[in-house]
Amino acid sequence: MRDNFLKSLTKLAESDKEIVLLTGDLGFGVFEKFEKNFSGQFFNVGVAEQNMIGLATGLALEGKKVVTYSIGNFGTLRCLEQIRNDACYHDLNITIVANGGGFSYGSLGMSHHTTEDLSIMRALPNISVVAPCTEHEASEATTAIITKRGVGYLRLDKDSAKDCFSNDPFVIGKSRRYKEGQDLTLIATGGILNEASVASEELKKLGIEVRLVGMHSIKPIDLDEIKDSVQNTGGIVTIEEHNKDGGLGSAISEVCMDLKMIPKKFLRIGLDNKFSSIVGSQQYLRSRYEIDNKAIVKKVLDLISN
Amino acid sequence: MVNVSELKKLSLRLRKHAINMTNAGKSSHIGSILSIVDIIAVLYGSVMNFRPNEPKWNDRDRLILSKGHAGAGLYAVLAECGFIPIEKLKTHCQNGSDLSGHISHIEIPGVELSTGSLGHGLPVACGMALAAKINKKKHRVFALLSDGECDEGSNWEAILFASHHKLNNLTVIIDRNQLQSIYSTEDTLALEPFSDKWKSFGWDVIDINGHNHNEIFKSCSNDKNSKTKPLCVIANTIKGKGVSFMENNTLWHYRSPQEEEYRLAMEELEKKDA
Repeated sequence: MRDNFLKSLTKLAESDKEIVLLTGDLGFGVFEKFEKNFSGQFFNVGVAEQNMIGLATGLALEGKKVVTYSIGNFGTLRCLEQIRNDACYHDLNITIVANGGGFSYGSLGMSHHTTEDLSIMRALPNISVVAPCTEHEASEATTAIITKRGVGYLRLDKDSAKDCFSNDPFVIGKSRRYKEGQDLTLIATGGILNEASVASEELKKLGIEVRLVGMHSIKPIDLDEIKDSVQNTGGIVTIEEHNKDGGLGSAISEVCMDLKMIPKKFLRIGLDNKFSSIVGSQQYLRSRYEIDNKAIVKKVLDLISN
Repeated sequence: MVNVSELKKLSLRLRKHAINMTNAGKSSHIGSILSIVDIIAVLYGSVMNFRPNEPKWNDRDRLILSKGHAGAGLYAVLAECGFIPIEKLKTHCQNGSDLSGHISHIEIPGVELSTGSLGHGLPVACGMALAAKINKKKHRVFALLSDGECDEGSNWEAILFASHHKLNNLTVIIDRNQLQSIYSTEDTLALEPFSDKWKSFGWDVIDINGHNHNEIFKSCSNDKNSKTKPLCVIANTIKGKGVSFMENNTLWHYRSPQEEEYRLAMEELEKKDA
């Protein structure tokens, strides 16, 4: 996803000289070409994330469209108050990009597990929160979020859904439906749509037809799709590589309760509110914490049979 | 040539506004406000270029008040300069008012940045100064910080950045009143040798009397800026300056002047007027 982010960003920067990319000293071997080609539009600001968001704010107050880049928690939680008070309160054109959503950096340890960002970022006013689900969507999301007025949070994953394609235009606040089915709706955000997609095929073999939705926008969220899934399918299962508290599943259940539309069946698949001191590949940790395709199939079968 | 007499009169009016605002709003931080009054009087009265009828004029000089708890002082000087009506100051901290205890920009022309949590202003000022460099603009960026605020690590990130990028269009003024929330700065988290710290981070440093209008003017005047370094003016001040029973007393970080205290404070300021 990161490569596609950079391609889209490069294209935008060619025609819009107000775009400025700040990196918190991350992206070795990634940004050299951008730095060379876009003088005055790229700054490695050092390992100083609070200052990075402050700089972004100052630049954006002067009319720049600023993109900040870091790894998951560093560019978000480390400087959360700067994002809240400086970027969001002033409602500026700043896109905060976090590479390594969920367990993308699974082996690097708890510090690099980005598993609370969606809930924390979506709690802020004046921000859009987007987690692309496919490689192509990472490109589209980059363009959409940078060109949209206001603060945006873009979460990039290592994994992505490989067999999900859509001709629908990418719109922040809308989702994409990849498969039709009436028994249940699986709604995933970010690259873990890949697991949901594989699970949907396995379920099909077992005679269960699910609707598969990629909810790339957590905030604003696609109310229409949630309504339709409640009304026209057997229930909703949410899937996220993220803490269940406050994430995608929480957001969707809030919508359901607010709209007084209760799904016939409902299940959140995500991480319990615990840290992982255990490390491993993204695939290993997904399996260990039962958010991989096999666990999804099992949990869906349990949900349907109960 | 700077008109010190006029600047002193402006300082006095700002002090009266501040006492009135914190009295009517039953709000705190009067000591911190009185501490910076002379600095902002000189900046707005003689140093900075701005247009009150065109607050976003592109070539204006920018001031960021990083010690947002002294917001009443900035609101007062903006009113004196014609950005907002002086009458509006009466709403400070009242129910439904947008003149909050900590400075806020929304609906208040002339406020460049909302602050209140310490350590936010300087990074943003660096961003503004960097933008001016990129855009080849000649205006200046000022950031007014408290000394206690320099406990915040975010400032030191920005201090590194400003010198690395040779932001000589950036001037930081430190309100060095030596007192912070509970104890003195030196008993809390020692800052001294303070000038040396800034110098070692690659800044030009000037130490001044932060209540001497002439010294403030000279230190902040354009020709003092080096070709390659940002400038730090350490303005030695007295917390609560101008009201004798408030001076150097941490109590007035919190206490709002009410009844007899209000009367005495105004009486003392009126005498200075005479």
